[in-house]
Formats: sequence, structure tokens, C-alpha cells
Amino acid sequence: MTATDTQLQPRKKGLTRRQKRSLSRGVQYVVFVGVVIAFAVSADWGRLKNQFAQADIADQMFPDVITLALKNTVLYTLSGFVVGLVLGMVIALMRLSSVGPYRWFAGVYIEIFRGLPALLIFIFIGVAVPLAFPGTEIIGGTYGKVALALGLVAAAYMAETIRAGIQAVPKGQMEAARSLGFSPARAMVSIIIPQAFRIILPPLTNELVLLFKDSSLVLFLGVTLEERELSKYGRDLASTTANSTPILVAGLCYLLVTIPLGFVVRRMEAKAQEAVK
Amino acid sequence: MTVETSRPEIEVRGLHKSFGTNEVLKGIDLEIGQGEVVCVIGPSGSGKSTLLRCVNLLEEPTKGQVFVGGTELTDPDVDIDAVRRRIGMVFQQFNLFPHLTVTENLTLPQRRVLRRGKARAAEVAAENLERVGLAEKADAYPASLSGGQQQRVAIARSLSMGPEVMLFDEPTSALDPELVGDVLAVMRMLAREGMTMMVVTHEMTFAREVADRVVFMDDGMIVEDGTPAQVIGAPRHERTRHFLSRLLDPAMADVEEDGA
Repeated sequence: MTATDTQLQPRKKGLTRRQKRSLSRGVQYVVFVGVVIAFAVSADWGRLKNQFAQADIADQMFPDVITLALKNTVLYTLSGFVVGLVLGMVIALMRLSSVGPYRWFAGVYIEIFRGLPALLIFIFIGVAVPLAFPGTEIIGGTYGKVALALGLVAAAYMAETIRAGIQAVPKGQMEAARSLGFSPARAMVSIIIPQAFRIILPPLTNELVLLFKDSSLVLFLGVTLEERELSKYGRDLASTTANSTPILVAGLCYLLVTIPLGFVVRRMEAKAQEAVK
Repeated sequence: MTVETSRPEIEVRGLHKSFGTNEVLKGIDLEIGQGEVVCVIGPSGSGKSTLLRCVNLLEEPTKGQVFVGGTELTDPDVDIDAVRRRIGMVFQQFNLFPHLTVTENLTLPQRRVLRRGKARAAEVAAENLERVGLAEKADAYPASLSGGQQQRVAIARSLSMGPEVMLFDEPTSALDPELVGDVLAVMRMLAREGMTMMVVTHEMTFAREVADRVVFMDDGMIVEDGTPAQVIGAPRHERTRHFLSRLLDPAMADVEEDGA
């Protein structure tokens, strides 16, 4: 009885649900804009500009910041990504293998390298490897060391991503391939992995962005002037000029790559969606 | 008739298959001669799809033997990939490769598995698309095709490998009713051309008109095996009669105890 009463008179007094919602939204906007303005007003822009946006210091950085620092950052990242991808693929396949020890090894690898800070891996590569194998040089000098350090870390994450991608391909695909006479390995390479990569393209690119930023850890390996990348280059210049403008410029250079990368991924996702759906 | 024709194209002997403790196939013996079309019917869970999947070893039999074209598939040392090239398989869910165009779906297996040249593979693909009436869809992606078209492409893909035997696992069960006809027409054409076919299906009209033999399975065993007129027209076993009456006139079925 009471239920029907309230149903008959749903808004006795006060605001309707819709009115409450728009009121709440209005309050949120006001608070948000207020906070932004408060920060903008209270910051000392003059000093910030002095410390971070000196045009003449920024001018000095070109073209080296692009031709040397950004180029090295990109090189370090790409070489680490390639090593990580190859190693990650091997570990993902080991993880999915029917051979017990392979699965076990892959599991341990992933747990260790996902659990350690990338910084420690860099120090390990820089210090422990030369100690353990005296007289041997990692191929490619600093580039090789960075590729190895970044690759070892990236492989652990990528292995899990690739495994998930492979498992997301419907079982019928493998059955169809095997029925046509594909061997398990050939079916994996020709049919399953191409589909898996479509699925994992976004997380894989995310990994690329993370590596791009982690490449700054190269400074723990000790680099020559020619081997400096964005962060090291920016920091060095910041200390010689006693001004932080180089840091800001270096930061903008990172965004110069990561933001377009995000665009590209969304385009690829949309295209892949079109082909599959 | 040559000597080979006397040997059955598909031969299943004493086949058992268990999933864990669940025995799905309880001793199947079946022979299918060259050029014969055999429809396997039966209620869901009767093991008919499992039987079909055992014939190309997508399921590993627990016990028993399977021969196709005289080669024992259950021999542990058999080159299973080589045997499977001779056995076409059509799935309920089509299983086309979604990242490849229709033509690539047909050419990639030929090139990778049969090591055919590019031109030859394309030629065979075009021929087979023509046969299933989908030549104009050569460059389309599977996702843009209807279920019936996808299934015909899947059949063409199998045919491109030049199989001696074709297995069909409920090829029309995932299709909208108005699309079933096109797929059945392709299968009828294959039957007429003399392809050896084993078809798990619920399409009684197809079984009656096209099959040389109909096998009725229930509870992991073959209950009845004979001509369509015999098995569908005048079933001897109560279970067959019961199944057919429910299938042909589902509106008239009574409520039954489960697991009876």
C-alpha cells in the first residue's frame, strides 16, 4: 500500500533526481575551476619563468638536444624494445609450453624481473657482468648494455602481455590450422601470433612508452658525452648553466615522441577493430 | 572397381574416448567407403562431434584405432600433419582466419603447408571460391561476410588443400535458418562429385536426400546404422524413434525427467 502511495506522489518536495544531478555537476565545475585558478594565481610565475624558461639557454640546446640527446634516447629505447620483444616472445612461448621445466623457468624469470626496479638491473649490468666475465665486452658497448638492461626488464612484462594475447585468440583458430596440416609451430607463427599481436598492440605500445622513459637510467652505466640521452643531457646542461630550462626542454622532447605515439596506437586500434569486427 | 575401393576410406575400430571420468565414446566401430556420404545424427552429448574430431585426431582417442586412407592416425609415430592434409574439416563456428582476406585464407595454408607457389595457390583458391559461388568476395575480410558465406569460404579453404575426405562438424548449426540452404547446396555438390564425407548434422532433410548412410548415436554408442530410408524412415530402435520425433516435431515433445 505504502509503495503505491509513494509511486503516485514521487516528488512531494525538494529537487528531482535530475535536478540534483545537474546541481552536483555545477558545484563540481566551480570547485575544479576554483582550484586551478588558485594554483595559477598563487604560483610565482616570474621566478618559474626565470628558472625554467630562459629563451637564450633553450636556444643554446639546439640542435644538440635533438640530434644527439633525443636520437640516443630513441636508439636506446628501440634497441631495448627489440631485445625485450624477442626475449619476451621466447619466454611467453616457454610459459605456454607443455614442457614443465620451460614453464617453470619462464615463471621464475617473470617474477624476478618484474619485481626488481629497472635501476637495479642497470647497476647489475654495469657492475656485476664485467665482474663475472672479466675481459668480455657486451657487444655494442653502452648501446649493447642499455639494450640488454632495458630488454631484460621489458621482456618480463612483454612475456605476460604476449601470453595473454596468444591465449585470447579463440581455440578454434589453432584447431582450424592444425586440421589444414599446419604443424603446431607453423600454426603459431602464421595464424596465432599475428592475431595475438593485434590484440596486444596497445599494451605493447604502452611498454614502449615506459621504456622510452626508463632509458634515462643509462646514466647509471656511465656514458661518454656522445652517448648522453635526454635526461642526462638536460641535467648536465642545467648544472653548467645553473638554470633548469634544459630540464623543461628535455621534458618537452619526451612528450614530442610519446604523444604522437599515442595517436598512432589509437589509429592502429581502430583499423584492427575494423578488420576483425 | 580397383583394389583400393574395397578398402574403407575411413575406418574406426573399438574407439573409446574419456574426458576425465566421463566416458564420451564407448566403443565405436565404423567404416566409410570411398565416395560414401555418411550423416551422423543423435542427441547433443551423444558423442557424435567427439567421434568426428577423433577421425582427424583433434581429440586423442583413449583407446582404439582410426584409419584414414589406409594410414593409422592412432599410431604414435604417424606424421599427423601429413595425414591431416588429406582430411578436410569444416567447423560449426567456421574458424576462418579473421586477419586474412578470403583469398589469403585459401592461399596461406596451400603455400605454408603444401609449399605451393604463389601463382598456383591463387589459381586453386580462385577455382574453389568459384565452386562455392563466392568469387566476388575474394578480397573481403571474413568479418564482412554472412555466416553462410563464411562457412562456404571455410569449405573452399578445405577443398583448396585437395582432401580425399571431408569432415563436417554441424556445419549449419550456427547459421540463421535462411542461410542454411546455400551451405547445404555446396555440400550436395561435393557429394555428387564423389567426395567421401562424414557429416555430423541435425539437418534431416539433407541426411535423407544426400546421405548414403545414416548413423544414429546415443550415449557414446552407435545405435543404428543404415540407409536414410531405414534409419530415418523406419527406425528399428525406440531411442532412434524417440530422438527423431522430438527433432522433427519439437512442439509436440513432452516434458521429461533430466538424465533419464
